[in-house]
Amino acid sequence: MSIEIRNIRKQFGQFTALDNVSLDVASGELLALLGPSGCGKTTLLRIIAGLEKPDAGQVLFGGADATHTHVAERQVGFVFQHYALFRHMTVFDNVAFGLSVKPRRERPSQEEIRERVMKLLKMVQLDWLADAYPGQLSGGQRQRIALARSLAVEPKVLLLDEPFGALDAKVRKDLRRWLRDLHNDMHITSVFVTHDQEEALEVSDRVVVMDHGHIEQVGRPDDIYEHPATPFVTQFLGDVNLFHGRVDAGQLTIGSYEQALGQHQDADGDAAVAYVRPHDLDLTLQADGALAQGRVEHIHAVGPVVRVELRQADGQTIEAAVSKERFRGLGIVPGDTVYVTPRKLAVFLKDAPGQQDYVI
Amino acid sequence: MSNILNLRHSVLPGFRLSFGITLFWLALIVLLPFAALVYSTVGMGWDGFAAAVGSPRVMASIRLSFATAGLSALINLVFGFLVAWVLVRYPFPGKRLVDALVDLPFALPTAVAGIALTTLYAPNGWIGQFLSPLGIKVAFTPLGIIVALTFIGLPFVVRTVQPVLEDLEKELEEAATCLGASRWDIFRRVIFPATLPSLITGGTMAFARATGEYGSVIFIAGNIPMVSEIAPLIIVSKLDQFDQQGATAVALVMLGISFVFLLVINLIQWWAARRHGAR
Amino acid sequence: MANLTTESRPVRYALTGVALVFLFLFLLLPLIGVFWEALHKGWQLYLTALVEPEALSAIKLTLISAAIAVPLNLVFGVAAAWAIARFDFRGKSLLTTLIDLPFAVSPVVAGLMFILLFGANTVVGGWLQDHGLQVIFAVPGIVLATVFVTFPFVARELIPLMQSQGADEEQAAIVLGASGWQTFRKVTLPNIKWGLLYGVILTNARAMGEFGAVSVVSGHIRGETNTIPLHVEILYNEYNFVGAFACASLLALLALVTLLVKSLVEWRLHRQQQASTLRTAEARLQAQAAQP
Repeated sequence: MSIEIRNIRKQFGQFTALDNVSLDVASGELLALLGPSGCGKTTLLRIIAGLEKPDAGQVLFGGADATHTHVAERQVGFVFQHYALFRHMTVFDNVAFGLSVKPRRERPSQEEIRERVMKLLKMVQLDWLADAYPGQLSGGQRQRIALARSLAVEPKVLLLDEPFGALDAKVRKDLRRWLRDLHNDMHITSVFVTHDQEEALEVSDRVVVMDHGHIEQVGRPDDIYEHPATPFVTQFLGDVNLFHGRVDAGQLTIGSYEQALGQHQDADGDAAVAYVRPHDLDLTLQADGALAQGRVEHIHAVGPVVRVELRQADGQTIEAAVSKERFRGLGIVPGDTVYVTPRKLAVFLKDAPGQQDYVI
Repeated sequence: MSNILNLRHSVLPGFRLSFGITLFWLALIVLLPFAALVYSTVGMGWDGFAAAVGSPRVMASIRLSFATAGLSALINLVFGFLVAWVLVRYPFPGKRLVDALVDLPFALPTAVAGIALTTLYAPNGWIGQFLSPLGIKVAFTPLGIIVALTFIGLPFVVRTVQPVLEDLEKELEEAATCLGASRWDIFRRVIFPATLPSLITGGTMAFARATGEYGSVIFIAGNIPMVSEIAPLIIVSKLDQFDQQGATAVALVMLGISFVFLLVINLIQWWAARRHGAR
Repeated sequence: MANLTTESRPVRYALTGVALVFLFLFLLLPLIGVFWEALHKGWQLYLTALVEPEALSAIKLTLISAAIAVPLNLVFGVAAAWAIARFDFRGKSLLTTLIDLPFAVSPVVAGLMFILLFGANTVVGGWLQDHGLQVIFAVPGIVLATVFVTFPFVARELIPLMQSQGADEEQAAIVLGASGWQTFRKVTLPNIKWGLLYGVILTNARAMGEFGAVSVVSGHIRGETNTIPLHVEILYNEYNFVGAFACASLLALLALVTLLVKSLVEWRLHRQQQASTLRTAEARLQAQAAQP
């Protein structure tokens, strides 16, 4: 079922959690709400679920207005950040809960409930834990039980609040892949909240980047990563180097470095910031056409990529990531002076942040 | 209703019902009697009030009540801290039993405590027989009142300090030891400041309870006017003489003084907590 | 090995000794004294003192007033905890303070307030008396005073407990389609049952043992408006020590049972926590073993 969010506003006292947010979620899509804490992503998810009421705006499920529909009637599955498993019930009873509280005439028979619960437990590969209590489970197991419990009532929409937030790194990776596969099998419209950009980019069909109650950008993971719409998105999606310069009629100038941009044609000597990711910086020993220069401070050569930290004359640090081969070819050691050239940079004008971008 | 209360939306039902029950019961059982107290105060007038409270016997009883409550709270601060410390820090056989026993004054009806303590401390009682040759009289003197109030107040101090001591990080002390501090230094400069706010809280609760205590005190006090007659007893005897106005006046003075005390102590505690938290 | 963060052995022993002697003198000895005084002249006298009609009527009145006060305050306590721990609204802290108010008031003053409200010469009391209901110096007054002094116990026990547990489980139940009542019965109640039991036990102990407030409103009419604690006072003042301590021993027993149940509840909660950490570790091992 598709979800449409129209002009949602939500205020907590003086704090604006959501400021006029609109968003469409296509049927069967797996969507990530990504942003730092306090950006409003969890509030938006809870509004979709019906756990919070928006101050203004509408939520539409499959085209029908569900803004005032009670959470129990929205047919959503909600997985809480800390799972909210019923601690005094067994895993089986937890998963069966949604079925067993149905009014008598809609309630499946005991055998039917048993069958459906065991099927779900098999699906999350935890049928052998049916008689255990939540307190006996590991974090990853609890997460999967919480998911099975929310799926038992056959929701039309699945909502997950920081589904991997409380897990350790390895379990996280496994569960991510598992959730992706599960979604591929079931094709239920799913929205999950995360503050981890890697998680959002890896798991979801589309990512919504949020900050301060606004949506900064919506798009496919690769699209967002390659074409960040705002400085915020650029910085939030990964490590980035900043270079301050000017743009004049489409021409970027940073120190002695010059670059023709396809955009900012009407810029008139405006101050601008160029963002370059470490792996988009190349290291050379020639000063010609270099963006900046610096002394090598540290070299981290563990893994397939060598990370080189440079210190510029003004004290600013530049981080570059080059392949092992390239690094060997350069033969640099700490203390050497090297030059960097960008393969790709994102330029934003300072007085109109987030409005225009150009990527070469 | 939800507008006046600025109720935040929740999917959980039952606010109106539970809030309604709460407010109804609160109004009937607590607020209405308080309103009656205020109402009869307003009707009393200053002269009646001063006449009831100004007599030397009443003044003496109020002084006695607050003095004995203060002294017993001090005793409980020392011994309550010691008991909490021993219970948290040192192993000894029967600890669980002792720990449970600390709550006895909460659970034992005050009248029972009163007659038991009186019997113990009477000149021929188990403890009194050892004290009277020394010239120490406990039962039927202000000293007896302090004993009873100490009994009543002990768990307040122990139960507020105990969890704080339990939560005290061992690393803090280990760090202090590594820095060369002696045990006494550590106690004085690390442990004690951390437990001080809870000590003040516990002492305050013991004090507040002691000022109003009646059941355990009247048996052991002897109730000699001007010497060992506590303020709550004055209220009761005024009521026995159908002097409701006088009783109300004394009650008001007691409530007023308690309120000022609590306010001052809360301010001290707020200050201590802020100072401690700011570090 | 000497532990760095403890005191030397003599200091430890001395402090433990002082603390235990203090507790023995102030807590244990009075308790032993009650039973000793009640029983040292023989079982015969003890039992006679308990079955005497006035004692029996006092026991009956105590049971009746507790049987009314405890359920009323139980319902109130659960309702207050639900409203305060599950909702955000203006004036919440004021409400919490007001609920605690009866603890801050001397029992005698509490009794006085009911006399000022329901006494025969007041508006309310006079009206009620004209309609055949006497409150002060009668059973209704005793019940009211008892309800007042035990008012906060259940709520105070449940509010912090429910606040620490959070509303997530209840919200999950609602999302899964449970009704409010189903959520309360199947999710909330099992989670708070031990705290609830504890609150009820405390309420009951105080209800049966209250002296000051009940003393003021009862009028001490023998065989009619005397509860056990009041009966103890009368017997004691008549120098009937065996009788006084026999009745007192009943209350002391009640106190011991209260302490026992309290310890059990605390022990159970503690054990649940321990067991769950232990079983978590176990389940992890099993899970690892089960994976190919």
